[in-house]
This record gives sequence, C-alpha cells and structure tokens, in this order.
Amino acid sequence: MPSSVRLQEMIRVIRSARTQGEERGIIQRECADIRAQFRQGDNGERSHSLAKLLYVHMLGYPAHFGQMECVRLIASTRYSEKRIGYLGAMMLLDENQDASLLITNSIKNDLSHNSQYVQSLALCTLACMGSAEMCRDLAPEIERLLRASNSYIKKKATLCAVHIIRKVPELAELFTPSARSLLSEKNHGVLHGAVVLITELCEHNPGTLDQFRKAVPELVQIMKGLVTSSYSPEHNVAGISDPFLQVRILRLLRILGHNNDTASDAMNDLLAQVATNTDSSKTAGSAVLYETVLTIMDINSESGLRVLAVNILGRFLLNNDRNIRYISMTSLQKIVQTDHNAVQRHRGTIVDCLKDQDTSVKRRALELSLALVSAVNIRSMMKELLIFLSTCPPELRSHTTSGIFNAAERYSPSKRWHIDTILHVLTTAGGDVRDETVPNLIQLITTASELHCYTVHKLYRALVKDISQQSLVQVACWCIGEYGDLLLKGECEEIEPVQVTEDDVLDALETVLQSHMSSPATRGFALTATMKLSTRITDNVDRIRSIVSIYGSCIDLELQQRAVEYNALFKKYDHMRAAVLERMPVMDKNSPGHTNGDTSGEIKEPDPSKPKPVEAGLLSEPASQVCDLLDLLDGTDTPLQPSPAPTSNPTTTSSADLLDLLGGLEPTPVLTETVYEKNGLSLKIQCDKQTETEVTVTLIGSNSAQNDITNFTLQAAVPKSVQLQMKAPSGNVIPAHGLGQVTQTVVLNNPNKVSLKMRIRVSFSNQGAVHQDTVQIDSFPTQASQTSVSPL
Amino acid sequence: MRFLLLFSRQGKLRLQKWFTALSDRDKKKIIRDVMQMVLVRPPKSCNFLQWRDLKIVYRRYASLYFCCGLEQGDNELITLELLHRYVELLDQYFGNVCELDIIFNFEKAYFILDEFIIGGEVQETSKASVAKSMEEADSLQETMEEYLNKPTY
Repeated sequence: MPSSVRLQEMIRVIRSARTQGEERGIIQRECADIRAQFRQGDNGERSHSLAKLLYVHMLGYPAHFGQMECVRLIASTRYSEKRIGYLGAMMLLDENQDASLLITNSIKNDLSHNSQYVQSLALCTLACMGSAEMCRDLAPEIERLLRASNSYIKKKATLCAVHIIRKVPELAELFTPSARSLLSEKNHGVLHGAVVLITELCEHNPGTLDQFRKAVPELVQIMKGLVTSSYSPEHNVAGISDPFLQVRILRLLRILGHNNDTASDAMNDLLAQVATNTDSSKTAGSAVLYETVLTIMDINSESGLRVLAVNILGRFLLNNDRNIRYISMTSLQKIVQTDHNAVQRHRGTIVDCLKDQDTSVKRRALELSLALVSAVNIRSMMKELLIFLSTCPPELRSHTTSGIFNAAERYSPSKRWHIDTILHVLTTAGGDVRDETVPNLIQLITTASELHCYTVHKLYRALVKDISQQSLVQVACWCIGEYGDLLLKGECEEIEPVQVTEDDVLDALETVLQSHMSSPATRGFALTATMKLSTRITDNVDRIRSIVSIYGSCIDLELQQRAVEYNALFKKYDHMRAAVLERMPVMDKNSPGHTNGDTSGEIKEPDPSKPKPVEAGLLSEPASQVCDLLDLLDGTDTPLQPSPAPTSNPTTTSSADLLDLLGGLEPTPVLTETVYEKNGLSLKIQCDKQTETEVTVTLIGSNSAQNDITNFTLQAAVPKSVQLQMKAPSGNVIPAHGLGQVTQTVVLNNPNKVSLKMRIRVSFSNQGAVHQDTVQIDSFPTQASQTSVSPL
Repeated sequence: MRFLLLFSRQGKLRLQKWFTALSDRDKKKIIRDVMQMVLVRPPKSCNFLQWRDLKIVYRRYASLYFCCGLEQGDNELITLELLHRYVELLDQYFGNVCELDIIFNFEKAYFILDEFIIGGEVQETSKASVAKSMEEADSLQETMEEYLNKPTY
C-alpha cells in the first residue's frame, strides 16, 4: 500500500508541474491513490485523502467519486473527519446530487450533538446546501435550536432558518413567533441574524410585515444604542460601532416604514440622528450613511429629512473616492424620477463625472445625465453628451446614441437643431446606432420641408468627406436622390453656398456604389438615389443610364434586380418615369408595417430587418396591378399615386401601435352591416373606431355554404383624397357551415372629410372554380346612419 | 450574497464559496466571466461592477482578488468592509497571511469563512469571537489527533 502523501506535499508536487500535461499526469496518479484509499475503509487516512481530493476539485478536475466518502466521513465520530466531511459535502454535494439526501440523518444527529462545534458544522452545511426536502425534514430541529441554546448556536440557527425560508417559503410561519423574541438578545451575532431573519420573513409575507411593524420602536432603540454608545473594541470598525448590524437594521426599517406613516414617523428622529452624526471619512461610516439615505428616500419621511438625504448624496458626489461617487450616482438614479428638482441641482457635478477615467463611474454618470435631460437644459446637456460620445468606451456607445436620440426626440427646441444633432451622432458613432435610426431620420427630414435645402447640403458635404459610416451614407444618399434639385440649385440661406455640379453629385454616388466599405443595403440606397436624379437633373441622364445598366449584371442579387427594373423604366416605361420618381409625400410616423392597397399574398411583406427605401416597394409591384386598382375606381379620378407608402418600421413600433389600437377601442356596441351576400359567402363591415378624420373598419367574411372557400382575398379602392391602409388579413380560407371567419382591418384617413366610399373586389375559389365580385360601399356604418350598398 | 471567489492575478482560483445551488457548468462559466471582467480593470478603478442582474464587488489584496456577487438589495460599501474583515481574520489566524498560506491551507480558509459567514450573511460581527471559535474548534481537532497519534493534514 503506497504511503499517503501528505496534503501539502501533494500540493507542492502539483504546483511544480511545468506543463498542463504534467499536471494532469500527477493528478491522475493522485486520484488513483485516493480512490484506493477510499476503498480501504477506516484507517485514519480517509480525511487526508478527502482533503487532497478537494484540492484537486478546486483546480477544476472531476471529483464526484468522493461524494460517498463525504457521506461516510460525516457519519464518523472523529471531529477532524466530520469537519472535512462537511466541507466536502458543501463543495461536492449540492442539492442536485442524489447523495445529498443521505446526509440528512447525520445532520439531524449532529444537530443534537454534545459539542457545539459539531452542531455548528451541521448548521453551516444545512444552510449552505440544504435542499427543500432536507429543509422540511430538519426545520423543527432548527426552530428548537432557535429558542433554546447558547448564543453561538442561536446565531447559526437563525441564519439556517433564513436559508430554510428561502427554500421552502411555507415554513416561514414556523419561525415567526421565535423571531420577534430574538430581538431582545444582547449578543450582536444573534441580533444580526435575527434582523436578517425578520427581513426575510417580511419580504415573503405582507401579513407578517404588519406584525413586525410593532417592532419598530425596539429596533429604533437598538440603533440608538449603537450610534450613541461609547467605544466598544469588540465591534468597532473605524469609529463606527458594529456597522454590519447598523446597515442591516436600517434595511429592515426601510421595509417596515415603506408606505406606512406611523412606522415612518417613529423612525424620523433616529434617521436624522444617524445622518448627521455618522462620520463618513471611512468606508464603514459611508456604508451606514448610504443605507440611511436609501431608507429615508424609501419611506414616508418628512421633506426636511429628504433634503438632508439628497444633500448627503451631493456630498458623496464630490468625494475623492470613486466608490463613493459611484454609490451616490446609483442612489440618485433611484430618486431622479420622484425628486427631480433636487437632483437637478447636482447636474454640473454629474456631467463632470462623464469625464472620469473609470468605466463604471462613466456608465452611471451617463444614465443619470440622460435622466436629467429636460426641455430647459437640452442644449447644454446635448453638447456635453456629444462630447462624451466622441470619447466614450465602445461598450457604452450604443446606449449613448439611443439615449441621445430619445432626448432629442422629446425635447428638441427646433427641427434644425434636431437634424443637426442626429447628423452629428451619425458622423461620430454611426456604427453604433439602432436600425430604426435611418428610417426615423428620413421621416424627420421629410417633415421639415423648409429645411430640405439645408439638410441636403449638409449631408452632401458629410458624404464627400467620409463614406464609412453606413447609416449616414444611407440617409445622405436618400436625401440626395430626393432633393438633388435643391442641391444643384446651389443657394441656401443657412449655410455658405457652394457650387455643386451634376457631375460632382453623380461622382459622390458612384463612389459609394463602388466602395468596398459600403454594405449591400447602402449600395441599394445609392443606386436608387442615382435613378431618382434622372428626373431631377438635366444634362447627365445618359451617365445615369449607363450606371444603371452596368449594375444590371451585378453579382449582388438585390442590386441586380433594382438595376434591371430601373433599366426597364428607362426603356419601356419612360413615359411613367417622371411620375414614378417624383417627390415622396410626407410619411406618416409610427404606421405599422403594412402593404399597399392590394392585399394578395404575392406582394412582398415589409421586411423589418432591412431598411429598404420606400420606392423599392413601389417598383417591385408589376405595373399591371396598379392599373387594376385604377379600373376599380373608374368613377373617380385616381392618378398614379402611391397610397400611403408603407414605411419599413420594424415590428417593435408596429406592435406598440397594435397595442395602442386595442387600447383605443371604445367599449361601445360595434355596428356591423352586411354589405354582400351571395352563394353562401357574406361580407360584413364593422365600424371599430371613428374620429373626425379617420375611420377604422373591419371586414368580416363568413361562409354558410357546404364547401370551404379558399384563396379568399379582398382588394379595396377609395376616393382620391382618402388614404387607405389595409392590414394583413387573418387568413384566406373560410371554412364551410359558418365554422370560421376571415377578418381584415382597414384604416381610412380622411383629412379633407369627403364622403367616404369604398369599392371592394372579392375574389375566392370554391370547389376549384375562381369567382370574382365587386361591392361598392357608399357610406359606412356610423352611430347615426345606415350603410347603403349597391352590388355591382 | 450569491458567491464569494478568491483568485490570483494569473486567473487561478484559490477559493470558491457558492450560496445558491448551481450546476458545475454554470459555476465554471460564472468564474470565467467574472475573472475576465475583474482582471482587466486598471488599478485605481471603482470596486463595483454591474454584471447581468448582480452587483460585483471586488478588492485586490496583494496578489489575490477577493470578489463577491451581490443581489440588488445588498449594500456594496458594507460588502467591502466584509471582505476586509475576512482578510483581517485570515491575517490574524495565519500571522501575516500571504497567498501561499491560502493555497497550502485552503481547508482552513474555508473553516474561517464558515465561522464568519453562513448562507451568504454575516453571522458574527465581532472579530475576536470568530478568532476564538476557530481556536477552540482547532483545539478539538488537535486533541482528537493527539489521541489517535496521527499528524495533522
């Protein structure tokens, strides 16, 4: 039998291994020895072997074969073996291991052992790794120890009870009676444990919380004793008497005083006393003050006390110690909503913290600064934030950009400032902005019609300087395409005029197209912009034609498709080119992704992940279907105008809007009219929402015939000034015998308040035959009127 | 407190104490992530970090990093004091403790920790009491060992 190497010898040998392989070899040999030892049975060497195994485990090697040995050692009568056995249990046996249940009996016995140190081993282990079943088994024992034992055991039993409650919340009632009486103990360890226990009980059960509110005076007494007591060497830390206990009591007081006036009143004096008398030159004192401030802010304290608390935080902000500054900003973040003005007073210092070297401090300062932005300070704050953006660490950049955008959106003093700010962000950190930024910015630009000239000039200059920031390039291309004529005119009041020739502009766009830095989406923007310029410039149309035809054989499928379609526009549909490429109407913000007036499945769905420019959607629709819509409305004069362009806002905004839509529904009786009934198919129109300029209706198709209706689609046309949005239908199959319905919501925007009419073409398949029919709705169901329907 | 870790500047783990039940894989992952985060911090930085839903509090003592994972309601500053108290206890026990002491006597470091903290909470706020309990427990061990005439670990 090889003699066992002492633990320290083994550690030395392992550490002397020069390579990972050598170490593994040594470990393997040792583990083999250990396994042999375990098999031998009791010979006084087992505890050495387990200790060695635990070291090996800490290095990261598997050690599960030691689990049973732990169980055996715990059951031993020798203290040293129990000690190492319990340590092994805490390290190797967690509640997910089956072997853990086997030690329950040993623990139970040891809880009533003569020696308090054995009891303590059992308590500690139970509190560390006790599973729910073990806790249920042993809870009565723990409760007994809570009541009747010496303070050494009591303090451990109390914390063990805390663990039990966390694992098995129903057992909380078992410990509630004894918890209160523990507060009268003198021993600080027991007191600390008691406070933790009561905190845990209160957090679990509001009923218990009410009960323990009666203990507030007692807790206040204990605190007062600690704060005013003379120097006691046993518990003193840097001049504070037992800061651990003080912090815990303050935390409990916070829970008890929250939302309760009587309890809060009872603690006011104490909190004021602690806040003013605690010496915060060392961490211990600051810790107590910190907890005090948190408590003051969370209970119903009087205003004088709140002011005191915010002042303490302000003082912390100026502290040299970074930790204290960090802490104060975390706390200010919590109260910035409720005590906004108080925190605003410290805005200067907070903004200074943006320049701190430390990332944690910077992060906190950023969050707090963003929360402090208001209409009053927006200009100065934005200046600081933009400076911060240029030097901030990469992990904070995207958070900063989205914060800046939100702030700009809410408080921008003028459109021009808003656009300038976004442009500044895009040039500094274009790579870290969210995807929605590009469409949002485009939408913003279209609404600021008086600034089109200024915007396109600025964007052009930015583009010429640098084409690496994709979002900036995309917006610039879009604007140049849209407002190229303004750019070429050259004059603009807001910035110095620079003569831009058509060649310059086309050069810039071509650079973007050819650069390897441009992403495919960006190149798509550039190509479309080039195409749009063909109607806005006069001399270089041929150059555009040649660019477009070159890309007709591009490898990138997206670009190739666009180029081919644009080519077709030049060749076959040149008469339509001007109209197709004319200025975009102002986009409706926050409209959820939807298709054009046509709802048949072949039309592309708006793809939220790629911010494609809007015109692509328009052009991908074959021209014939556009003509069909015209057919529908031969009574009224509809030019080839896109119905409200689908914006490709990602689904986040659409889901928010969907929620809004649901929120906006009034619980009034919905009015439904049947507008079409033939061959079992009936179409009803239901008025969901009606304002002065907007009507939302739902079209409901149902089928009472014997056979299912498939490929059910609806197309709709409306008078010229009315804008139509059709949402996606719920499906296109209507089961027979009235077993199901298809619904489709339609939103009609009627800003000119003309009389609403709608023509609907219904098409479907039934038993293999395709049917089509048209319905004209001359008026919509409203509160006061009835529909008049004339089938055609 | 969710966990307490001690590791060297080279990323070697010297002590790990977990106060919630986690699988071995999760533990290893947490250790890797936290070590990575803490070891890159420059010397004079703030001792607090935000990681997932936990607050990480760490402090460097000589060549060892002492690191805790706290829940949202815990007080970071008092945890710094807690770490300091643990170091003081180790120092008192070993006499001018250094990393080697903790490596070669890791089980004693655990025993001391278990006298100071149970289930993630402080059990004894008096330094002297903890030291006394360790002494008495050790003497119990010694007596047994003496009786059985076997060497200590």
